[in-house]
Amino acid sequence: MAAEEVVPVRPTAVSILALALVTTAATASLTSCGSGSGSSPDTVRVSFKQSMDNSVKVTDNYLAGVKKQFEKEYPGKKVELVPIKASDADYYTKLQQMLRSPRTAPDLVYEDTFLINSDITSGYLKPLDSYLAKWKDWDQFVGTAKTAARGEDGKTYGVPDGTDTRGLWFDKRVFRKAGLPLDWQPKNWDDVLAAARTIKNKVPGVTPLNVYTGKPAGETAAMQGFEMLLYGTGDGTSDPLYDKASKKWIAGSQGFKDALSFVETVYKDKLGPDVSDALDPNYRTTVWGELMPEGKLGINLDGSWLPQTWLQGSGRAWADWSKDLGLAYMPTQHGQAPGKVSMSGGWTWAIPAKAGNPGLAFDFVKTMQTKANAEKWYIANSGIAVRKDVADDPSYVNAQPGIKFFTDLVASTHYRPAYPAYPKVSTAIQDAMEGVTTGDASVDKAASQYDTTLKDVTDNQVTTK
Amino acid sequence: MSAGSRRLLRALPLTPALVLLLLFLAGPIAYCAYIAFTDLQLTGQAHASFVGFANFRTAFHDDAFLNAVWLTLVFTVLSSLLGQNTLGLALAALMRRASKPVRTLTGGIVITAWVLPEVVAGFLLYAFFRREGTLNAILDFLRLPSQNWLFTLPVLAVSFANVWRGTAFSMLVYSAALDEIPDEIEESAEVDGAGGWRRMWHITLPMIRRSIGTNLMLNTLQTLSVFGLIWVMTRGGPGDRSQTLPLFMYEQAFQNSMIGYGTAVALLLLLVGSLFSVVYMRLLRTEV
Repeated sequence: MAAEEVVPVRPTAVSILALALVTTAATASLTSCGSGSGSSPDTVRVSFKQSMDNSVKVTDNYLAGVKKQFEKEYPGKKVELVPIKASDADYYTKLQQMLRSPRTAPDLVYEDTFLINSDITSGYLKPLDSYLAKWKDWDQFVGTAKTAARGEDGKTYGVPDGTDTRGLWFDKRVFRKAGLPLDWQPKNWDDVLAAARTIKNKVPGVTPLNVYTGKPAGETAAMQGFEMLLYGTGDGTSDPLYDKASKKWIAGSQGFKDALSFVETVYKDKLGPDVSDALDPNYRTTVWGELMPEGKLGINLDGSWLPQTWLQGSGRAWADWSKDLGLAYMPTQHGQAPGKVSMSGGWTWAIPAKAGNPGLAFDFVKTMQTKANAEKWYIANSGIAVRKDVADDPSYVNAQPGIKFFTDLVASTHYRPAYPAYPKVSTAIQDAMEGVTTGDASVDKAASQYDTTLKDVTDNQVTTK
Repeated sequence: MSAGSRRLLRALPLTPALVLLLLFLAGPIAYCAYIAFTDLQLTGQAHASFVGFANFRTAFHDDAFLNAVWLTLVFTVLSSLLGQNTLGLALAALMRRASKPVRTLTGGIVITAWVLPEVVAGFLLYAFFRREGTLNAILDFLRLPSQNWLFTLPVLAVSFANVWRGTAFSMLVYSAALDEIPDEIEESAEVDGAGGWRRMWHITLPMIRRSIGTNLMLNTLQTLSVFGLIWVMTRGGPGDRSQTLPLFMYEQAFQNSMIGYGTAVALLLLLVGSLFSVVYMRLLRTEV
C-alpha cells in the first residue's frame, strides 16, 4: 500500500527509504507491545487453569478473594489474574509457550506436578529455596509434599497447594437396585468386575463401571484409569513403571498386560461406558455433571476432588451426594498387601525463570498459603491437606464427608515417576489403553507397541523386570 | 543517471512491501525449516541440538505418520476432488438453467455454509453426526438403522463436513467460468445435435479447463490443511482413524511437546501440497 501511494509524486530515493524505515519501525514496535510481566514492578500476574465447565468457579472465586486480601496487605501492589480456559493438555501447551519468553511469562503459574519436572529441566522455572528458607510456614508442609516439586538437582521449584488421592465412588441408589451391599468394599479386581456385572444385569440404563481411557482423556486416563490398576499388580509396593535403582523405565511387565486386560474386559464386556462416549474428550464433565448426580453410573474410578463440582454455588449443586454415594478403596489385583491402591498428584504454585516480579509473586504465595487460606482452599477445592496444622484441624476433617477417607489414603498412596519423559510415557499408556478399548489391538499387541514407544521416548532407558 | 541506478530507484517503492514480506513471511518459514532439523521440545529438555534429517527418518518409519498420510490422501480425494469440485461444478451448471428465485435461494444456502467460521461449522456437523444427532433422528424416523457416524465412519463424516463447508467456493469459481462461455458456441453445438452430456464433455469442460485447474489446486491446498473442522468433530479419533497430517502434526508438536518433529511433519505436508500442485500445473499446461 505504502509503495503505491508514493509513486505518483516522484519522490526522491531518500524520502522512500525514510518511509520504508518508518513502516518497518512501526510494525516492529507493534509486534513488541504485547505487555510482558516486566511491564510494571507493582503488578503480579498470576496464570491458572480455569475450569472448562462454565458453572464451576471454585478457583476463580478463591483467587479473587486472595487478590483482594493481598492488595490490602500490600498497598500500591496489584494482582492481575490471567485465567487460561483449556483442557489439561492444552493448558500445559499454552503455559509452556508463555514461559519461553520474558514478554509473555507470568509472575506466578499453576503447575501440575505431572509436568513440573519437565518444565524444570527446560529451565522454565526458578528455584524457590532462597524464598522458602525465610518462610517459616514451609515447616508445616508434610515431607512427601515438599518433594512433589523437587527437581533432579535437589532444589524446590513449587509450593504445593494440596494433593489428591483416588478411589472407587459407587452409587448407593444403583447398588440398592442391584442388591449389592451399601458398605461395599471389593477385595480384588474380580470383586470389582463382579459388582459391575451384577449392575449390568439388574439395573438397565446405567453404566456399570467407569474407567477413564484413551488419548482424549489424556493424563486422566493414564493416572485415574491405568495406573490405579498397574500399581495394584506385582508385590504392591515397588514402582511398576519406573525402576528407581537403575533409573530406567520398565517394559514388558506382566502387570502392564494384566492392567490392560482389565481395561479390555471393561469395554469388551460392555461393563463400561459406550466406547464412543469414553473417547469423547468432554466425557469427564459428563461423568461429574450428569451421570453421577442422575444416578446413571454404578461405580466410578475417580479422584478425591469430585465434590467440588457439587458444592453449593457451583452451578451443579448436589447437596445429597454424600447420602447417594459411597466410597471404597481400589483393591490390589489379587488382594495382596497392602490391599489398597491410590495415586497422588496435585498442583503447585511456581515462579517462571523469566518472571518480572518473582519476589512479589512469592509474597502472593505466602498470602495464599496462610493456614486460614490454605484450609479454605483445601475445602473449597475438595483437596487433601499437605499442611500438618490444617490436617490436624477438626474443622477441616469434618468440613466435608469423604475427607477422612481420602486423607487416610495418603499413607499408602503412590506418586507418579514424574520425570521429564513421563508425559510421553503417559501418552504411550493412553495409546495402549485406547487400542484395547476400541478393540483395534489385542492386549499383547498394545503392550508390545508400548514397549517399542517406551524405548523411543526414553532414549532407550528401558529395563525388563 | 545511469541505467543501473535508475533500475535501483525504480525498485525502491517495493522496499516496504519486500521488507514486510521478508520479516513476516520468509522469516517464520525459515525459522520453521530450521526447527525441523533440531530436536527442539516444548518441555523436558535443557538444550535443543541440531539433528540433521533424523526427524524425517523417524517420520518415514512411524506407522502413525504413514497412517496420517494415507488418511490425508483419502480425505483430500473424497472431499476435495470428488466432493467439492464435482458438486460445485454440478451446482453451477444446474443453476444456470434454474429460475432466478431458485438460483438465489440455493446460492444463498450454499454460501452460508462457506461463510460460517470453521469451528461453528465443525460443531454443527458434530451435532448432525453424533449418536443423538440430527442424521440419526432422520434415519430413525425413516426406520433405517442408525449408528454413531463419528465412531464408525469418521473419515467419511469429516469428508462430508468438508464438502458441506467448501462446495460454495467451487460453485462460485465455476459459475463465473461458465458465464464466460459464449452462448453462440453452445447454441451451434446444440444445432449440430449434441446432447447435454456431449456438450458438457466436448465444449464446456475444455473451455473451463483453466478454471478447473485453478479450482482444483486451491481446493486441494485448502483441504490438505483442514484442522479445525476435524479437531472439533473427532479430534482425529477414535484411535487415529481420522487423524490427518495437520492433526498428527499438532499432536506431535504440542501434545507430545516435540516441536522439532512436528515441524518436520509440517514441512512434509508442504511437500505433499506441492506434489499436488505440480500435477495440476502439468494438467493445465497441455493443449494450451
